[in-house]
Amino acid sequence: MAEHREFFYRRLHSLLGVIPIGLFVVQHLIVNHFAVYGEEQFNTAANFMANLPFVLVLETFVIYLPILFHAVLGVYIVFVARNNAKRYGYLRNWLFLLQRVTGVITLIFIAWHVWETRVQVALGNVEVSFSLMEDILSNPFMVAFYIVGILSTTFHLANGLWGFAVSWGILQSPRSQKVITYGTLLVFVVISYIGIRTIVKFAYGI
Amino acid sequence: MAEQNTITFIITRQDSPDSSPYKETFKIPYRKNMNVIAGLMEIQRNPVNANGEKTTPVKWEMSCLEEVCGACSMVINGYAQQSCATLIDELEQPIRLEPMSTFPVVRDLVVDRERMFDDLKRIKAWIPIDGTHDLGPGPRMDEQTRQWAYELSKCMTCGVCLEVCPNVNDKSEFMGPALLSLPRLYNAHPTGAMNKSERLDALLDDGGVSGCGNSQNCVQACPKGIPLTTSIAAMNRATMIQSFKNFFGSDTN
Repeated sequence: MAEHREFFYRRLHSLLGVIPIGLFVVQHLIVNHFAVYGEEQFNTAANFMANLPFVLVLETFVIYLPILFHAVLGVYIVFVARNNAKRYGYLRNWLFLLQRVTGVITLIFIAWHVWETRVQVALGNVEVSFSLMEDILSNPFMVAFYIVGILSTTFHLANGLWGFAVSWGILQSPRSQKVITYGTLLVFVVISYIGIRTIVKFAYGI
Repeated sequence: MAEQNTITFIITRQDSPDSSPYKETFKIPYRKNMNVIAGLMEIQRNPVNANGEKTTPVKWEMSCLEEVCGACSMVINGYAQQSCATLIDELEQPIRLEPMSTFPVVRDLVVDRERMFDDLKRIKAWIPIDGTHDLGPGPRMDEQTRQWAYELSKCMTCGVCLEVCPNVNDKSEFMGPALLSLPRLYNAHPTGAMNKSERLDALLDDGGVSGCGNSQNCVQACPKGIPLTTSIAAMNRATMIQSFKNFFGSDTN
C-alpha cells in the first residue's frame, strides 16, 4: 500500500465525499427542513441532534476529520490543474472547473458556518435555535451568502457523486456515464430545493 | 474563398529550448486544398515574414503525412491537432500555429514528446514473447474483444490528449490519457493478459490512473476517435480490483 500512496489518498478522498460527508450533508439539510413546519418543530429536531449520545465522537469521525481530509487534499487537487474550459469548452470540462470552484466556495462557506453556529455554541455564546438562524439571516448579505454556499455545496456533492462512480470504476460505458449525469442533475435540484426552502423560511418567515 | 489569394499565418516561434517565445507573421500565396504543412513548406521555401524581412525557416516535425504517426501535432487556432490532416480551407484566418504547451519546446513548433515514450516503458506497453524456443501459437482472441481492442490500437502517442488535459501539466506527475488506455489494450490480449497485474501496478503508482480528474477533454480531442474515457473508467475499475487483491491477497494474476 505504501508505494501506491497517491492512489490510496485520491480514492479515499473520493469515497469520503460520499460516505460520510455526502450522507451527512443530506441528513443536515433534511433535519433543518423542520424549520418550514414551525419554530417548535425545528428546535425539537435541533435539540435531538445536538444531544445524541457520544455527539462529540460522532461529530469528529463523521464530520470533522473526513471534511478536513477532503478539504486539504481537495485544495491540493485544485492547485495542480491548469483549467482550459475557455479553450476546450465541452460540458464535462466546464463541470470539471465548476467542481473545483464550488469546492473552494464550499470550504469558505463551511468554515464560516461552523464558526458561526458550532464554535459559538461550544464557547457558550449562543444556543442552537430557530431564532439564532433567524438573527443571522435577517441580514440580506448573509441570505445571499447562505444561498450561494448551499448551492455550491449541493452542486459539489451531486457532481461529486458522478466523479465517485467513475473513479471507483462503477460507470464504464459512455451510456451509463451519461444517464448518471442526468441522475446527479436531479439530485442537485432536489437537495438544493430542500436547502433553499429552509433559508426562505428563516429569512422571510414563509 | 475565390477572392482570397494570400494566407496569413501567425506562428509562435522559439529559437532554442531556453530562449523566450515570440510571434512572427507570414503571408503566403493561396492554393486550393492546402493543408497546414503545405503552408509551412511554402514558408520554408521562401522564409520572408509579413514585413518583407528575411528570417530563419520555421521548424516543425512530420513523417507520415496521413495522420498515423502523430509527429506533426501542434496547436492550430487554439485546438491541438495534426497539421497534416488540417485543411487550410476549413480554418479561419489568420491561422495561429503554436507548439503544444504540455511538452518542452525544442525549436519553433518542434516539441520533445519523450515523457510519453518513457511512460510507455513504465506501463509495459508491449507483450513479452521472447524465449529460447518456439512456444507455438498463442491463445486466440474472441472477435468481440478484438473489435474494441482494434480501436485502442489506433493510438499513435501524438500527445493531443495530454495537451488538452487540464491535469497534465508542469505541476502534476499525471502521465496522461493515452498512457491509461494502452494498458487496457495489452491486458485485453490473451498473451498480454499474463502480465496484467504488472501493468495495473504501474498504473497504481504516483502519476498513474489517480491523476485523472474526469474533465473528458481527451475523448473529444483524440484525432483517432479512441474511447479514452471508457478506457480510463475500465482502468479505474481494474486498478481498484488490483489494489484490493494486493492488500487482501489473491492467487490470480
